[in-house]
Formats: sequence, C-alpha cells, structure tokens
Amino acid sequence: MTDAAIIPLARPSTRDEEWRYADPAFLAQADGAALAQWRVLEVPAGETRQEIRTLLPGGDGSVDRLRVRVGKDGRFAMFVTNAGAAYSRVEVEVTLAEGAHFEFGGVTIGGGDNIQEFVTRTIHAAPGATSNQTVRAVQWGRSTGNFLGRIEVARDAQQTDAAQNFRAILLEKGATANTKPELEIFADDVKCAHGAAIGALDETAGFYMAARGLPPEIARKLLVRAFVADAFAGIADEATREAMLDQALSVLGDAV
Amino acid sequence: MLKIDNLHATVGGTEILKGLSLTINAGEVHAIMGPNGAGKSTLSYVLGGRPGYEVTEGSVTFNGQDLLALEPHERAAAGLFLGFQYPVEIPGVSNVQFLREALNAQRKARGEEPLSGGDFLKLAREKAGLLRLDMEMLKRPVNVGFSGGEKKRAEMVQMGILDPKLAVLDETDSGLDIDALRVVGEGINAIMRKPDRGVLLITHYQRLLDYVKPDRVHVLAKGRIVTSGGPELALRLEQEGYEAVAA
Repeated sequence: MTDAAIIPLARPSTRDEEWRYADPAFLAQADGAALAQWRVLEVPAGETRQEIRTLLPGGDGSVDRLRVRVGKDGRFAMFVTNAGAAYSRVEVEVTLAEGAHFEFGGVTIGGGDNIQEFVTRTIHAAPGATSNQTVRAVQWGRSTGNFLGRIEVARDAQQTDAAQNFRAILLEKGATANTKPELEIFADDVKCAHGAAIGALDETAGFYMAARGLPPEIARKLLVRAFVADAFAGIADEATREAMLDQALSVLGDAV
Repeated sequence: MLKIDNLHATVGGTEILKGLSLTINAGEVHAIMGPNGAGKSTLSYVLGGRPGYEVTEGSVTFNGQDLLALEPHERAAAGLFLGFQYPVEIPGVSNVQFLREALNAQRKARGEEPLSGGDFLKLAREKAGLLRLDMEMLKRPVNVGFSGGEKKRAEMVQMGILDPKLAVLDETDSGLDIDALRVVGEGINAIMRKPDRGVLLITHYQRLLDYVKPDRVHVLAKGRIVTSGGPELALRLEQEGYEAVAA
C-alpha cells in the first residue's frame, strides 16, 4: 500500500477549479485537514463587521479561509494586503441575506517566486443584496497575483447589484497575473458588472514625472500607491486607509 | 546656457533631427517655428531624454554639462523644464503631492534642504495666483479632468514652482483661447524673463510671440534649422507661410 492511499482527507490539487492557480508544490506537502479548515463569522442583521488584514513577506506560505453569513441589511467589509511569501491564499465565502452588503478590497504585491491569491465566492441568496469587490495586483520578479471571484445569484435574489473589478500591473517581464471571474445568475432583475485589465506601469506618466525631477523609484512609488489605493477606497477611516497603503508600499522597496 | 551642435536623432529607426545646431544664451528667449513633422516635438523630447528618442550624432551642452549624459530626472534637477504639448494625466496623484515630491527631489539632488509642507503650499498658492488657476485644482489629481487650457496653465504653475533655468515649451499655446493665451504669456514672462534664464518656445503660430517677445526666431524644417532671424521673421512666416520663407 502506498502512502497516498491512507491520506484521510483529499487534498485539493490544481485540477480543482478553485485551486487552478495554486502552487502545486505547496499543496503536495500541505496538511489536507488544515486546508479544509474554515474560520466562521456571523454578522447579525443590521450590524456591520470589518476585517482588515496584512500578510507580510516571510514564512512558508499560508491558506486562510473565511466563511461569512451576513444577516438582513447587515454589512461585511474586508480589506487585505496579501504580500505573503511562497503560496499565500486568502479565501472568503460570503452569503448575503436580503439587503446585505459585502465590500472587498484586496491587494497582492510581491516579487520572487511568490504566488499570492484571493479567492472569493459571493452568494446573493436573497433580494436586494449588494457586493463590491476591488482587487489590485502589483507583481515583479517571477511572482504571480491571482483573483478568482465567483458570484452566485439565487433564483429569488432580485435587485442584486454586484460589482467586481481586477487590475494588475506587472513591473517586470516574468511576473504573472491571472483572473477568473465567474457569474452564476438565476434571477433576472440583476446588475452584475465586472472588469479586468493587466498591464505595465504607464511609461508616459513615468517620463512626465521624470521630466519634473522625480527619480524613477519615487515616480514608481507614487504611481503604484495611486493604483492600489482603489482597493482601499472603501476604508472609511483615513488613518487606517493610509496605514494600509504605507504597509503595502513598504513591500515595493524590495522591487528592482 | 544651451548649446546644441549638429544634433542627429532617430525615433523608431527613422532619422528626425538631421544636424540641428542652436545656441541660447542666458537672458534670451528663442522661438522655433516650423510645419508639422519638422521635428519640433522630437527636439523637445530629445532634450528631455525621453526613452525611444535616440541621439546618433552631435552634442548638447547645458551650462557646461553634457546634457545627453544625464537621466531625465537629473536634467530636471540641473534646471531644465520641459513643457508638454499634451500634459499627462496621473490618476490618484494630486498636483500638490506630485509637485512637492518633485521639487524636493530636485532640491535633494542639488544638495539643498527640502521645503516644508507649509512653505510649499505658500509657494504653490503664489504661482497658482500668477496663472489664475484655482488653488483647489492643485489638490486634484494631476491633469485629470482638466480642460486643455487648464492643463497648459497648470504646466506653467509647475514651471513657476520648480523655478528652472531653461524652459523648453512645446506648443504651450495650443488649445488656449485668447484670454488664457495672455495669462500664460504673462506667466512665462514673470517666471522666465530674467538675466539668468533662458526659454525655447516651440510653436506653430505667431500669436504667443505677441506676448512673449522672442530675441531670436528659428525655422525648423526637415530636421534642421533652415533660417534664423529676429522677431520680424515670425511675422513674415505668418504672412508668407513656411514654404516661402524656408525655401
């Protein structure tokens, strides 16, 4: 009998749709039971919860899975900087009751061989719920930034308004970004918007800034800061927002 | 101040400048006029060091320094200002933030102390007032949502704040109505008409030269200066056209 036959819990592999951009090497040595763990959060009707997290560089990688149920007219907001090392996955599954809202802002930023990803599953289970997701990826070296966003709209979830936007900047050749928006809509009175763009830093803006005396590294910092700021625009408290931006930008110091 | 000697430059493998020579002394305003495709914008980009604009022959000396050996941001710190024909929009970066970073980067490169936030705002307010640009606009992202005229006035506010030794202004007059043209012209005079400054105006038309009187006018055609003269040359061009004068 081989070892594989006695593993109690099947580990995900990159053949699984939700793990298709994951790091196979990380999955191969991971503890299947640990990967199957979810944190659970209940947002009571009419209440608001916010989760703000930063995954700093260093370590052997991590998988964080959060399952949230938002009660009627409740609101859940999540803002994450994923600058994690190796394979760093932040996954969130949100089920929205009537009139509830889910706000998500995510930034992947890093170099090296890192694979940094967000996986979201937003379930509009009842009428009148809204969701808004903004993800920005800044990658260099041979790193990868991923965003898999699945939106499900149930049959009676009329007047759903769901928006999803992903943009990536690749600072060097060799860096990668992947996105996979997935919409599964069973209601007919629904607004779903999604957009995605992957590109390089604006060279025209770079020269304009240089012509005013800004060295390339400062110009790049300003441009990247403006770029990732979209993801944190939903953070109401300015000091918190600025701190998140500063923290994300501090990682850029390692870039070429 | 600026000495361009036998400058040849290519863009995408095509030679655009074909032996251009020009000297600007301190205290002088020069105008370069010429038809579309003569190489006017190429000249400004070559002086600014834009990637993709390759110098194949010749030299450019700026206050005794080899300008072409400097990176674009080093040229700015050395006192060169490039006014863009199409000022670039930078979403998410405010004018105030952009210009303060730029000014302090230049000061640092020159071994000067950075300007404090308060002193910078005072300076910005003064220059915005000179160009009659609402200070509120400087709090908005760089050139985003600005009209053509506002962009050009904002360029001149930038010039006022950065206080260069030599300004190369590429069609700063395009997109301006008569009133804005006068404001921009007076701004150029106030900021740059000084004994230790120089200006190179690149323009299609005579009209900006009514406000900013040039000491010398040059006609650029097919990548080189074909004729030079005093301010009267601009009037002749306006009346007779480039073909007649440059022939």
